[in-house]
Amino acid sequence: MAEPFPAGIAGYGVYIPRWRVSSRILAEHWGHTRGARKAPLVEKSVPGPDEDTVTMAIEAARNALSAAGLAPEKLGAVWVGTESKPYAVKPSSTIVAEAIGAGPLLSAADFEFACKAGTEALRAALGFVGARMCEYALVIGMDTAQSRPGDELEYTAAAGGGAMIIGPREEALATVDASLSFVTDTPDFYRRQHAHFPEHGRRFTGQPAYFHHSRNAAERLLSDMCAKSGDFTYAVFHQPTPAFPRQIAKQLGFTSEQIAPGVAVGDGIGNTYAGNVFLGLAATLDVAKPGDRILCVSYGSGAGSDAFAITVTELIEARRDMARSVGRYLGRRADVPDYATYLRLAGGLGEGAL
Amino acid sequence: MDVPRLHRLKGALLNLEGSTCAQCGDKAFPARRRCSACGAKDIVPYRFQGAGTLSSFSEIFASPDGYQSPYLVGLVHLDEGPTVMAQITDVDPDTIATGIRMEAVVRRIHTDGETGLIVYGYKFRPAL
Amino acid sequence: MKTYVTGMARTRTGERWDVSIRDLAAEAAEEALDDAQTDRVGAIVVGNMLSGPLASQENLATIVADAAGLVGVEAIKVEAACASGASAIRVANALVASGEHDSVLVVGVEKMTDTSPGHTTAALSLAADGDYEALHGATFPALVALMMRAYMEKYGYDRRDFAGFSVNAHKNAMGNPKAMLRRPITEEDYMKAPIVSSPMGVMDSAPICDGAAAIVITAEGRFDRRQDRPAVRLLGSAGATDTAAVATRRDPLWLEAAYRSAKRAYQLAGVGPDDIDVFEAHDAFPAITVLALEASGFAKPGQGVMLAKCDEICLRGRLPISTMGGLKARGHPVGATGVYQAVEACLHLRGEGGSNQVENARIAMAQNIGGSAACIVTSIYGRED
Repeated sequence: MAEPFPAGIAGYGVYIPRWRVSSRILAEHWGHTRGARKAPLVEKSVPGPDEDTVTMAIEAARNALSAAGLAPEKLGAVWVGTESKPYAVKPSSTIVAEAIGAGPLLSAADFEFACKAGTEALRAALGFVGARMCEYALVIGMDTAQSRPGDELEYTAAAGGGAMIIGPREEALATVDASLSFVTDTPDFYRRQHAHFPEHGRRFTGQPAYFHHSRNAAERLLSDMCAKSGDFTYAVFHQPTPAFPRQIAKQLGFTSEQIAPGVAVGDGIGNTYAGNVFLGLAATLDVAKPGDRILCVSYGSGAGSDAFAITVTELIEARRDMARSVGRYLGRRADVPDYATYLRLAGGLGEGAL
Repeated sequence: MDVPRLHRLKGALLNLEGSTCAQCGDKAFPARRRCSACGAKDIVPYRFQGAGTLSSFSEIFASPDGYQSPYLVGLVHLDEGPTVMAQITDVDPDTIATGIRMEAVVRRIHTDGETGLIVYGYKFRPAL
Repeated sequence: MKTYVTGMARTRTGERWDVSIRDLAAEAAEEALDDAQTDRVGAIVVGNMLSGPLASQENLATIVADAAGLVGVEAIKVEAACASGASAIRVANALVASGEHDSVLVVGVEKMTDTSPGHTTAALSLAADGDYEALHGATFPALVALMMRAYMEKYGYDRRDFAGFSVNAHKNAMGNPKAMLRRPITEEDYMKAPIVSSPMGVMDSAPICDGAAAIVITAEGRFDRRQDRPAVRLLGSAGATDTAAVATRRDPLWLEAAYRSAKRAYQLAGVGPDDIDVFEAHDAFPAITVLALEASGFAKPGQGVMLAKCDEICLRGRLPISTMGGLKARGHPVGATGVYQAVEACLHLRGEGGSNQVENARIAMAQNIGGSAACIVTSIYGRED
């Protein structure tokens, strides 16, 4: 096996808002309780009225810093991957950096690549730290996922995400052994500049988009590493619906046990877009043992997949207890009482309704 | 919200930045120009941890323009000494009680519609 | 130099759609000058809090002087939040006591009902600490509610224990033809009222309204003593402040500004709490009334609530308060309130209290509170036969 990257994961943290809306409320509102449509989830997470990508990123970042045991002044980069920037123009990353006490000597930027904006930032950080352009970088994948009221996406578009501190391999709780990116121009899902909600290609988002890119990225990475699915303890895939990661896992030869920790998050709270694989990977790291290997494959519409081969180190056991786990956030919940409340929380009424 | 005002307040809003007296160690939030305990003018910035105890609260049903009621405000007695007035978030109004432990989080506290600045700042929630 | 209240007037409070801020102020000014039987004053001092944000008018004192036919006199607006009225009286009194002017007209005026409730609420919040209270969505009822809850928990009281203050205010407003809410309420009405800012409800809150009141302050020897009524002298007044924000006070249940201003006013007047026959308290909220009663020496800490429970605050009680309905039922036109309180206190000293007259009233006190008890003016008036 090739030498791991000089940069690895020194800490990770997550954030999930407490609000959950049940699919039943959405289905009853739109009259979907009868007929063919079946809700893919029991419930999904919804941001609170005072939450957005920036506020959630700040909390996840603070958790990641705790896990890494790192002073914020040491960060040389703060990068936020999201498709729900509170400001269309003005970096979210500078607000996050200031709020966690990082900077001003750092690189700050917002990354955009639909649901893989965060892993794009992760790949950049691995290179940035690996090239010793800074010692530590903070990358975040976070979204208050948007969906048009009444659209089928409304059943899955959720809020949450995670953050990772990328640092020297010697300090890593998980090393990155290999990574690649596989992208094409595939407009399966997009949102124009002034539109509030994304458009999508319905069934086209499957085979030509999600599966094509996820499979190619994973297969190329395994091939480059001369590895096979059985060499990994766990696998994490992007999870737009509960069915997709299970299907891609099967196609690639991964068992349901290997993907279990990751899919549990998506099954529980839905698709957090750029936060998606960050949460799946964090949940997996929460239960992993030193020496475990994890394949992580993101997917972003537009379209592409980033693949990572990760090995957990001895440092995991001490570090992960220093921050709040995925389970801690999943266990904290409040029910959205009705569709009107949901619409207000999810931003369907526009900013004035905050 | 005017840009310069928000910019001046960002240390307090995002980091609970107050002050401490270099002479007697008394801590203040918001920052003071002069120590209220000993009168010294030797004041340095201090970032509060954000942990404290709820000493009173109120649920607001009649709100000023720009704030959507109902919402909760409270007095949080910080572990380092000062008391902060802030919104209380992530809590069921029927279960909140004085004496519970609180922690600071950064949330949206105000927005000027769809085109104005977003004011991010401290709120408190029951400690997780 | 001794100073006297030689003229006074107050308009009907409420939603005065018929008049602008200048006409409202002029109405009170002209009536007070008539009452003083003079048309000459050296200056006009206007107490007002929100003419800028709610009436789109500053330089208000000049506007009022013009409207009242007093062009040429010195004109000053005084702003000290809800204590603007009494602060204006203090400025006017200083101008007279110092010998600068023989006589000064004070007008308190506020026009609050032209704008939407949300706009008016936001404007009122300007008197809170802007960066550390108002920006965080705290309203005045909320800041007082924080004190009220702390008080209830510290001393073991229930919301119901505060009802007596509002019940008394409404009862007294029945006898005041100028009052806004001239209808009685019961303890049950108080308890059932919608919550504004928990634990406070609508019946804890003084209503927003329009109104103007005026008094003429004149130096001793510069007016003709009248046979038909006793003279009323301003025996002493004092202002004091606390921290602007509630959170930064060492004890949020101790109104230091009330304590300081009352103590100084007592000293100047040569009286003590037991000598006060009428107390026009700043009853914008019962919790503030309670804390003010305690800090002003009328009750021990934790015992202020008992004055209402033991019926000591009614017109025939030991310490009649809110005798004309108070802020709660006469209405609270914020910048004008301090002048209304002065007029109402003096009505009893003149024996012009009508059906609400407090018998044998010789010394009356008025206390005007701005912000969340951040700035307070206490004034004591005495009757001279």
